[in-house]
Amino acid sequence: MLQMSNELIDFFIVSIALLGIGIYGLAVKRNAIRMLFAIEIIINAANLNLVAFARFLSHSGGQTLALFSIAIAAAEVAVGLALIIVAYRMYKNVDIAEFRSLKG
Amino acid sequence: MVDATFLALSVLTIGSAIAALEMRSLIYGSIALMGALGGVAGFFLLLDSPFVAMFQIAVYVGSIAVLILFTVMLVRRELIFTKIEDPKRRYAGIGLMLVLMVGLGSLIMDSGLKSITTDQPPIDFRLIGEDFLTYYWPALVLMALILAGSVTGALVLARREDVADEQRTD
Repeated sequence: MLQMSNELIDFFIVSIALLGIGIYGLAVKRNAIRMLFAIEIIINAANLNLVAFARFLSHSGGQTLALFSIAIAAAEVAVGLALIIVAYRMYKNVDIAEFRSLKG
Repeated sequence: MVDATFLALSVLTIGSAIAALEMRSLIYGSIALMGALGGVAGFFLLLDSPFVAMFQIAVYVGSIAVLILFTVMLVRRELIFTKIEDPKRRYAGIGLMLVLMVGLGSLIMDSGLKSITTDQPPIDFRLIGEDFLTYYWPALVLMALILAGSVTGALVLARREDVADEQRTD
């Protein structure tokens, strides 16, 4: 496909929508697992931007960076879920307002 | 002008992302998250990046979503089916989301990005593999170390010391 019918701005708008939804989830939800969902959605919005720019500027750097970003996100989720399990074992809850000993 | 595939994918992705955060049950929420991540993989395919799309499906839809599902199953049942959120912050959150979307959207609509189109051929994914092994190899090694370290760290964090001590005394 040489001529793309979609423009860069279309992918950008989807990315902004995903970012907004993620920020909403981070601001409103108190469930630690839901907040992890929101973080994942934000990371995906960023990856979508990287790949869109790589396509429209015809440079492979964006795709490479997106691959690195996906791998690092996998590591982040593994550690985040382990932290949630430890906190759940201590407080028997996943509500972040209950994790009191982390307050300064 | 956007085509029908793009429209369908954006509806799937954004709808699933909202469902992932708003579904009452965390299990359905994580399945909806799978849909959103798969939708992003579809966008990667539309952008002629099949390598990144396959990576996204293997890592996100295949492993991260399953990992989240298993964690959800470890949590007590009443916590899975109850929503924990501040009702007061809900409207503030929606307001923040709208301000962010409208602000960033109008900023980008005004910028020069609107006129960018391309008639270049897509990048060959073999070039990315070559880049990985030549120019980016230190970063690749570092990433492998970070992944190994994080998985070990997660195992150490989630380890139950009381059970481990019991097994040692037996």
